[in-house]
Amino acid sequence: MELSKKLIEQIQLVAENYPNRRSAIMPALYLAQNRYDCLHGEVLKGIANVLEIPEIWVFELATFYTMYNTEPMGKYHIQLCTNIPCQLRKADILKRFLEDRLHIKTGETTLDGKFTLSTVECIGSCDKAPALMINQDYHEHLDENRVGEILDQLNE
Amino acid sequence: MFEKVLLKNMDHPESHTIGAYEAAGGYKALATVLKKYTPDEVIKQVKASNLRGRGGAGFPTGLKWSFVPKDSAKIPYLCCNADEGEPGTFKDRALMEKDPHMMIEGMIIAAYAIGAKIAYIYIRGEYELCINRVEKAIKDATEKEYLGADILKSGFALEVYVHRGAGAYICGEETALLESIEGRRAQPKLKPPFPAISGLYDCPTVINNVETFACLPHIFERGVDWFCSIGPEGSPGPKLFCLSGQINKPGLYEAPMGITMREMIEEYGGGACSGQVKAVIPGGVSAPMFPVSDLDIKLDFESLAAAGSMLGSAGVIVLDDSACVVNTITRITEFFNHESCGKCTPCREGLDWCAKILRRLESGDGKLEDLDQLEALCSTIFGNSFCALGVGASWALQAALKHFRAEFVQHIEEKGCPFH
Repeated sequence: MELSKKLIEQIQLVAENYPNRRSAIMPALYLAQNRYDCLHGEVLKGIANVLEIPEIWVFELATFYTMYNTEPMGKYHIQLCTNIPCQLRKADILKRFLEDRLHIKTGETTLDGKFTLSTVECIGSCDKAPALMINQDYHEHLDENRVGEILDQLNE
Repeated sequence: MFEKVLLKNMDHPESHTIGAYEAAGGYKALATVLKKYTPDEVIKQVKASNLRGRGGAGFPTGLKWSFVPKDSAKIPYLCCNADEGEPGTFKDRALMEKDPHMMIEGMIIAAYAIGAKIAYIYIRGEYELCINRVEKAIKDATEKEYLGADILKSGFALEVYVHRGAGAYICGEETALLESIEGRRAQPKLKPPFPAISGLYDCPTVINNVETFACLPHIFERGVDWFCSIGPEGSPGPKLFCLSGQINKPGLYEAPMGITMREMIEEYGGGACSGQVKAVIPGGVSAPMFPVSDLDIKLDFESLAAAGSMLGSAGVIVLDDSACVVNTITRITEFFNHESCGKCTPCREGLDWCAKILRRLESGDGKLEDLDQLEALCSTIFGNSFCALGVGASWALQAALKHFRAEFVQHIEEKGCPFH
């Protein structure tokens, strides 16, 4: 697959930050993830072509690092922190609440494609626990009411 | 009250901007360093300050820099470890969001000392605001000629780039971090060679933590003697503590090292939520926990090491008497199991096995023999893999078993969790 002209330019620009092209794979994956719904095989091959490197180098990074999505995600990716500081502040209650409200289990996407629910490890909001991220946005100091309000806003 | 140094600008609403940083005296230390000192003199002063790395290991910063060979044909690299992932830690996030220039000024001083011309800041992917603010700070610092081809007309040149991580805890380990910048899976490498000899792109490389860099301008602005006058002799200088868990006032606090866990919890944190502390994890979840009877142990590198734990990332997590230790250590072990890079068998297989046994114990299906099995697994994992991930995991689990064995036994005898 041929990547878009703009994306190719962006990848080549970021590659100039490094002495070798392999280092540009991680930023290239982010750029491609912003452009396409997910990093499917053809996109990964396209990145390898632009950087003129073996495809396996791109595939191994896309599958090792958890923030690269090789499967389609919901429009809103809810990432609930369940590490110790959040767990001590009842993140497990929020997990059950989210699963009940969205009618999905953790790791699944709603049928309308709007929400994907994941649990993640510490996101650095420990003093404002419990916390979650929706796509790149942080939401902190949460309880069931607040999470309910956030979901209502996203559903409007 | 202790004078704030690292957090001194945080209350300013525009503290992240170069204007606010300069108005507060920022970049003056850099000008002094470039005008007055040779690189060797900078290293000598940092050695004399006894600044110890704020990332977790507490290694002396000046000594680390002095390992970079002077006669190498290869130009050294400088890296900033901003992959803050240790659960219970959020200090680097605050520094980068609210005062990114303090870190950058420290990086320029460090790069001058070791002779680096290119530096990378490895920021964890989740920290988008940090990434935006640090990138803006680099741009603004370059416009003001604090970075670029001829810094403050000194002839010294430095370019700084941000490399965004993508959700792998192991990238906080320095060799894994370098692998990640090189575009590989973040799997730690056996040391030696240490990065100071052969690191990024096989060149000599120094990797320091965000907070370590943030300390540097103050050492050159106010002097080595001033720096050494803060805290105990073996752990000098200002320090950030991240207080979280079941505590009334969780937050980021600056204090001299050497204060006790009790003082941190009572005077800064306002006490445990229930009024009764059960356990404290002093330095992020890799650091072995203490029972309430140990609260008078001091929070500094040497005291915690002597007590069988570590200051680590200074992420102080408090469990009150409503918390279940078995549940907590199960979640901690699951975390390490998830984040194991998979390279070394003892860590990859051992942690998975530990997590399975712990889940069984927590749900009430455990047997007394399971506790012996966990002990045996811990000693097999400990020290038998390339990096410290498995070490931290087994160390944390061993401490829970040692201090709270009665609680494990209670789960077995009552065939369930007494706290749920």
